[in-house]
Amino acid sequence: MIARPVKALSSLVVVLLATACTNSFEIPIETPILPKLDVAAFQRVLVAGFIAGGTEDVDGNLETTRLLRSQLRTKSQLRVIDSDVLPLVDVAAEGRDSGGAATAPPPIKEEKDLEAYEHVFANVEYWKKIGEEYQQPLIVTGTVMFTPLQRNSIVQREQEVYDSFGRRRVVPVRTYMERKGFSLDGRFIFIDGRSGATLHSESFGEQILYNANQTTPALSSYFELMDRLIPTFLSTLSSQKIKGTRILLQ
Amino acid sequence: MRTAVIPLALFLLTLVTVPLQADARSDAKKQVEFGITVAQRGLWREAIYRWERAAQIDPSYAPAHNNLAIAYEHEGDLAKARTAYERALELEPGNALIKQNYELFREINDRTTRQGTQ
Repeated sequence: MIARPVKALSSLVVVLLATACTNSFEIPIETPILPKLDVAAFQRVLVAGFIAGGTEDVDGNLETTRLLRSQLRTKSQLRVIDSDVLPLVDVAAEGRDSGGAATAPPPIKEEKDLEAYEHVFANVEYWKKIGEEYQQPLIVTGTVMFTPLQRNSIVQREQEVYDSFGRRRVVPVRTYMERKGFSLDGRFIFIDGRSGATLHSESFGEQILYNANQTTPALSSYFELMDRLIPTFLSTLSSQKIKGTRILLQ
Repeated sequence: MRTAVIPLALFLLTLVTVPLQADARSDAKKQVEFGITVAQRGLWREAIYRWERAAQIDPSYAPAHNNLAIAYEHEGDLAKARTAYERALELEPGNALIKQNYELFREINDRTTRQGTQ
C-alpha cells in the first residue's frame, strides 16, 4: 500500500533531478490509435444482443446492448440501428432443437454453460438474414457473464497506534478479510452483415471486489466494470486519441 | 621504430577525430533545438525532419532519438517510436527522462494490444 506512493515519489524526485541537470521541455502529445477493425465498408451498426448469464440481478443482454448502442451513438461515425434486442439465448436454443436435440439448454450460471449456445455465432445463414433485414450493417454480438465473486484474502490497511508517550502513529497492518464483488467476462463478436461471417472477436475480463460489509448494487458494479471495457470496445471500431505529455531533450 | 609509429599515428588520428565528433554533436544539437522550437508550435512533420537529420549527423546523440520517438508517437507510428526509444535508451541507459517517456509509451502500446484478440 505504502510501497507504491514511495516508489512514485522517488521516481518523481529522480525525474526532477534529471530535469534540473538537462535541458528538457515538457510537451503535450496526442497519440492516435487506429481501429483494430476496418469498418469503412459499413455505414450502420447493429448491436444485436448478447448471450448473457451469471447473476439474475442484471439483465446482461439488455444492459450491454443499451450501453454499447449509446456509446457508439456518441463516439463512432457509424449510424446506430435502433431495434429490439435479439433474444439470442432462445435463438440458440431453437437452433439446437432443429438439429435434433430436444433437451432444453442449461441455464447459464457459469462460463462453461455458454458452450451450449456459442454455435449461434457461427450460424452464417442466420446472421446474413439479420444483415439483409437491416441493410447489411456491421453486427455486434457476443457473450456476457456477470457473476458474483467472493474472495477471502490478506489485505493491507492502515491502523492508528499510540506509544507509551501517547504519540500517534499510523502503521500498515495485514488482515485477513472477506471480500465480495463481481466479475464481468465474455467476448465481443463483430459480424459482417453482408456475408454473415465473423470479422473479429475480442475476449474481455474484469473484476471488482469490495469489503464484505459494503453494499453495492449489482447494476452499479456492472456499469463500473463496463466503464473499464468501453475504451477497448470503441478502439476496435473507431480511432482514438490518447492525450499525454512527454519530455523533449536537448 | 615501427612500434613508435603506431601509437603516434593513433594519437594523431584521435586529434583529428575528436574535433570532428564535436562538430557533428554541435550540428546535431542545432537540429534538435530547431526541432523542439517547431514541435512546440505544433509543426511535428518539420520536427521529425530535423530530428532525423540530427540522428543522421550524430547517431550517438540520445536526445535526437528520444525526441524522434515522441514525434513518431504523436503521429501514431508506434513501431518506429519503439525503435527510437530503444535506441535512445541503448545510448543513455541511465537517463531517467528517457525511461519515463518510454514507460508512458509502453503503457499506451500495451493498452492497444492488452485484450485477447482472436
